[in-house]
Amino acid sequence: MNVLNFVHAFLSDSSHWHGYDGIPTRVGEHLHYTLQALAIAAAIALPVGLVTGHTVRGGNVLALVATAGRALPSFGLLVLLFIWIGFGLLPVMIPLVALAVPPILVTTFEAIRSVDPSPVDAARGMGMSETRVLFQVEIPVALPLILSGLLTAAIQIVSTATIAAYVSLGGLGRYIIDGLYQKNYEKVVGGATLVAGMALATLAVFWLVSRLTVSPGVRRSS
Amino acid sequence: MSGFFDIPSDLQHSYLGLIGLHLREALLPVLAGLLVSLPLAQLCVRFRWLYAPVLGLTIVLYAIPSLAFFVVLIDYTGQTETTVMIPLAVYSLVVLVPAIVDGVRSVPPETLAAATAMGFGPVRRYLQVQLPIAVPAIIAGLRVATVSSISLVSVGMLIGNQGALGNLLNDANIYHRPELAVTSVLTIAALAILADVALILVRLLLTPWMPRKGAVR
Repeated sequence: MNVLNFVHAFLSDSSHWHGYDGIPTRVGEHLHYTLQALAIAAAIALPVGLVTGHTVRGGNVLALVATAGRALPSFGLLVLLFIWIGFGLLPVMIPLVALAVPPILVTTFEAIRSVDPSPVDAARGMGMSETRVLFQVEIPVALPLILSGLLTAAIQIVSTATIAAYVSLGGLGRYIIDGLYQKNYEKVVGGATLVAGMALATLAVFWLVSRLTVSPGVRRSS
Repeated sequence: MSGFFDIPSDLQHSYLGLIGLHLREALLPVLAGLLVSLPLAQLCVRFRWLYAPVLGLTIVLYAIPSLAFFVVLIDYTGQTETTVMIPLAVYSLVVLVPAIVDGVRSVPPETLAAATAMGFGPVRRYLQVQLPIAVPAIIAGLRVATVSSISLVSVGMLIGNQGALGNLLNDANIYHRPELAVTSVLTIAALAILADVALILVRLLLTPWMPRKGAVR
């Protein structure tokens, strides 16, 4: 397996572990892009998904927005915005956010909408306000699905953030793009492995978060 | 206006040629993914314990970034269309397998019992009862897979101009012709939306018994 040899050679070279092009720096940059894009996307999509799911209104509009968001090619958008706006973080953030909004939006809407109506009615019957119904009944029950939407979005951002390097920014894509131009295969495969590793780490983090936040009762019934 | 469709000669394709190439690079993988996931999903329905590990595996494969996947494959299939299409086919599994499994599982047990009582064997029951009832779920999965596949092809540009319409992005950059990037982005988005609408129509044709109301997603 020469791919594994490349990975080993890349990771065991101590010069790859420090400096502005070192692995810690690049991982940090990648994490920065990912978290920022995920936070913006969640800030947009979560409230909209929760409210529309709770009121069961606007499902068709939501589906339209989600399809439009999916249809936009992230990479094309990145290059286009880079040409228009110029160097900076904004041309990277817009495509990443546009990529992450549809899964969060659609999954949150579906999650809240498909909550079993009987406990919701019971909560209303007990005199809970609509806000409390949403936050104390619907969200806890829908949490596993909502988290799965966020996970999909996070993994897509991690893997797509590599294209930031094409417009001269940092992140792990730097190794892949530079390696391709320099015909340095070891660097390319090393970078690719790091990104895949980060995606797997994202899976692990979400698994942990769902372990900690999803109520045991909900976990057992699902 | 003509600048938008004046394709630089280095791409060796006309505008329509690029569209054809793009559709081929995006749709063939989804078709391959469907052909793989139909039997795979059936196995997962038959042997319940298989579903969790299969789903886990597809998620892990999906977590590999497209660019990284392309690059690793270059070693085996070179800087060709195949290198772009293999990852796209693999990605489609993460949507298609659960969609088909959920669809087939949603067939009510009474319906299956009725089919068995009418003398349907397992194969005929699968083809004539389970699959048709699962069509809406399968098409829902196909729509997500197709749209994201069409948008992902453009990343193939980075591995030696294998990105069909995405190749226009590089030309927009090196020739300083931003209108080419506009053409690329808008055409890809339009293709994705058209493919989505086409799949909705297919579902309406295949499921004449369903109420004609716009379903969510």
